[in-house]
Amino acid sequence: MSSLTVFYIGLFYFATFVLVAGLTYRIYEYWKTPAPLSIPTTPAPTTRTGAVFRVAREVALFESLFKSNKWIWVFGYLFHIGLALVLLRHVRYFSEPLYSFLVFIQPFGEYASFVMVAGLAGLWARRFLVDRVRYISTPSDHLILALLIAIGISGMSMTFVAHTDIVNLKGFVRGMMTLDFQPLPTDANLLVHLFLVALLMIIFPVSKLLHAPGVFFSPTRNQVDNPREKRHIAPWAAALERDNS
Amino acid sequence: MAGPEFEVPKMSEYTEVPKIKEGAMAHAKSFPAAEASQTSLGFPWKLTDDWHDRAINRMGELLVKYRGLRVFMDACVHCGACTDKCHYFLGTADPKNMPVARQDLMRKVYRRYFTLPGKIVPWLVGAEDLTKETLDDWYSYYHQCSECRRCSVYCPYGIDTAEITMAGREILNTVGMGQKYTSEIIAKVFKIGNNLGLPGPALEDTLLGLEEDIEADTGVAVKLPLDVKGAEILLVTPSADFFSEPHVESLIGYAKVLHAAGASWTFSSYASEAGNFGLFNGNYETMRKVAMRIRDAALELGVKRIIVGECGHAWRIAYAFWNTLTGLGYGGNDPFSIELQKQLDPRYKQPSHICEYTWDLIQRGVLKFDKSLNDDRVITFHDSCNVARGSRMGDEPGGQFTIPRNIIRAVANNFHDMAPETIGEATFCCGGGAGILTDDLMEVRVKGALPRMNAYNAVAQEKGVNFMALICAICKAQFTKVVPYYGFDMSQIGGVHQLVSTAIKLEQD
Ligand code: HEM
Ligand code: SF4
Ligand code: SF4
Repeated sequence: MSSLTVFYIGLFYFATFVLVAGLTYRIYEYWKTPAPLSIPTTPAPTTRTGAVFRVAREVALFESLFKSNKWIWVFGYLFHIGLALVLLRHVRYFSEPLYSFLVFIQPFGEYASFVMVAGLAGLWARRFLVDRVRYISTPSDHLILALLIAIGISGMSMTFVAHTDIVNLKGFVRGMMTLDFQPLPTDANLLVHLFLVALLMIIFPVSKLLHAPGVFFSPTRNQVDNPREKRHIAPWAAALERDNS
Repeated sequence: MAGPEFEVPKMSEYTEVPKIKEGAMAHAKSFPAAEASQTSLGFPWKLTDDWHDRAINRMGELLVKYRGLRVFMDACVHCGACTDKCHYFLGTADPKNMPVARQDLMRKVYRRYFTLPGKIVPWLVGAEDLTKETLDDWYSYYHQCSECRRCSVYCPYGIDTAEITMAGREILNTVGMGQKYTSEIIAKVFKIGNNLGLPGPALEDTLLGLEEDIEADTGVAVKLPLDVKGAEILLVTPSADFFSEPHVESLIGYAKVLHAAGASWTFSSYASEAGNFGLFNGNYETMRKVAMRIRDAALELGVKRIIVGECGHAWRIAYAFWNTLTGLGYGGNDPFSIELQKQLDPRYKQPSHICEYTWDLIQRGVLKFDKSLNDDRVITFHDSCNVARGSRMGDEPGGQFTIPRNIIRAVANNFHDMAPETIGEATFCCGGGAGILTDDLMEVRVKGALPRMNAYNAVAQEKGVNFMALICAICKAQFTKVVPYYGFDMSQIGGVHQLVSTAIKLEQD
């Protein structure tokens, strides 16, 4: 096996470990940090089901963003829906057998990459064109967009320009999953694509990409508006009460 | 009125988003708190030698106590959706008044000390060391946020800059950089029981005087009882209601309503303040200590029901936090909560807002009005931010918008709402909330009121509106002071129960 293959195998094990362990740790941290006061942004749902739907609408429709800014919503939505389809399409490189659903979404996934990159380009343009957004942008904000666009373009170049050896690639991926290692095809665009994906996985748990788990934990969105009917008290606040009431 | 030392913004038909002007409001510095009040709050009163470590430690403590802060520090994607939502940005153009930039003042420190990339590659992720200059910036810009939560409505993750401002002020207090206005008010509540520092006997005199006024005016002996043990209802209202104008007009309105309903009710001289400035500085213990006075008074007087007067932040605390802080509400099954719950009448929401109370009476046909008495007024309603985005009235989400409007329509003939993007959950702050209502921040107050003034001016021009009704003591104080800068008369500002007071028919007994 070539040293290149060994390097990529090591890289992906490392990236997967960082992604899974890092995210698990972050989610555990959010989970165990109490929300001591009832702070849903009202009007808010008065039932748990209602609050679950509110968060679901934020995740599926970007409801608040839609109220807020139509341009960001359009670009952001295109990007994320594109990303979701592209990711689904990629399941075929991991999954054996190939479920008919995966075959069905294949063409949508391919064109979704254009949607994704277009959305990203729109978001990036805002970082230059809108003075307020320019003011708040840090280098990392630009680099994450660059990274995602580079992943998108290197991927599209394999789908639409210079095809890579998909059968061998799948062998490589399944090999890593089953510990029966296979060599990695050596097309430059594939190597670039995979390297950048690993990088994205590594930065995920330490960057603003934490908005993905964060949206589920935001107390202003996931709390039920029922403070007069239900006493909401954090463990540390209850301890304070025992000490000095 | 002495001429302002700053340029009053020009009103326009819609509030336009300005081009950013860096540093435009960097000079706004609220007066620092002095020794006496800070000591009574348990904070240092000048910058401590170990300010750096103290600040970072406090931040670390807050991050494990408050999930909101923790998630908000990480989740922001710098999308920019909130950048044009803050009235202080719209009125001043200072980019640090954009919600996300206000958050970033803290986030850059958070990243530097609490995240891996911030420790290794600070320049890449906008992380910075905590310096004295950072603290000065915090002091300046965390006192240009009225914790109105408008930004939170529009952020895709609900990031609430108010929570960050509160944490920022708490850290500033911890290192000895408190703000005079809020610090002194909280100290007054600790010592005397209300924000105005009005002692029991003075309160009694005031109430007697008001009783005489009402009787002279209406011929009916409406009472304003104080410290009546065994009364059914305890009315807790912002102390400004006792003698600020136009607040007192609403106070008279509450008394008339309670009188017409034949209620047994009382004020408390011990709990003579519904307001709770503990909220503004985000200190849980302070907020709890202030709120406990109401629990204690309720237990002492043996009341069965607690009603809160017209005040925005007070209603948020009463509605959303009293149950947590003091067990005043339902659902607690610990001895502390049960003690109070046993005493309260379970048929009613605890606490209730005075508007909930009045609206219920109106629906049941208990109150009679002569609406024509309000005919000289063409009325609009300003949704106060804490009521709009931090609380509720009635059973349905959004009751906080419909109930006060329903009351106005029941007592007056001429009502017009302001533009939809400036009311309801989208309401613009008066510009004076959360400890900004102080003369040393007049420029911030006047400029922050711009979006509201534009919306008010639009209905004044188009519909002839000449009265802005509201249900918040801070909004009332802020607007009466600020509307003259925009060419309106302060008599155009008043309470919802002021309108009720004008139109209510009292029976001679
Ligand atoms: C639960 C899943 C997710 C939700 C609800 C979500 C939602 C959002 C929203 C509302 C925005 C702001 C609007 C915008 O700029 O597009 C955003 C931004 C962003 N999201 Fe997500 N997202 C999710 C997952 C992800 C994932 C998995 C990635 C990447 C691997 C990602 C990458 C980004 C990036 C890079 C931005 C910033 C775009 C910019 O710079 O303007 N998101 N996300
Ligand atoms: S809470 Fe209100 S004042 Fe503070 S940043 Fe948000 S919009 Fe501005
Ligand atoms: S809207 Fe929310 S995520 Fe977007 S910049 Fe503002 S605070 Fe950050």
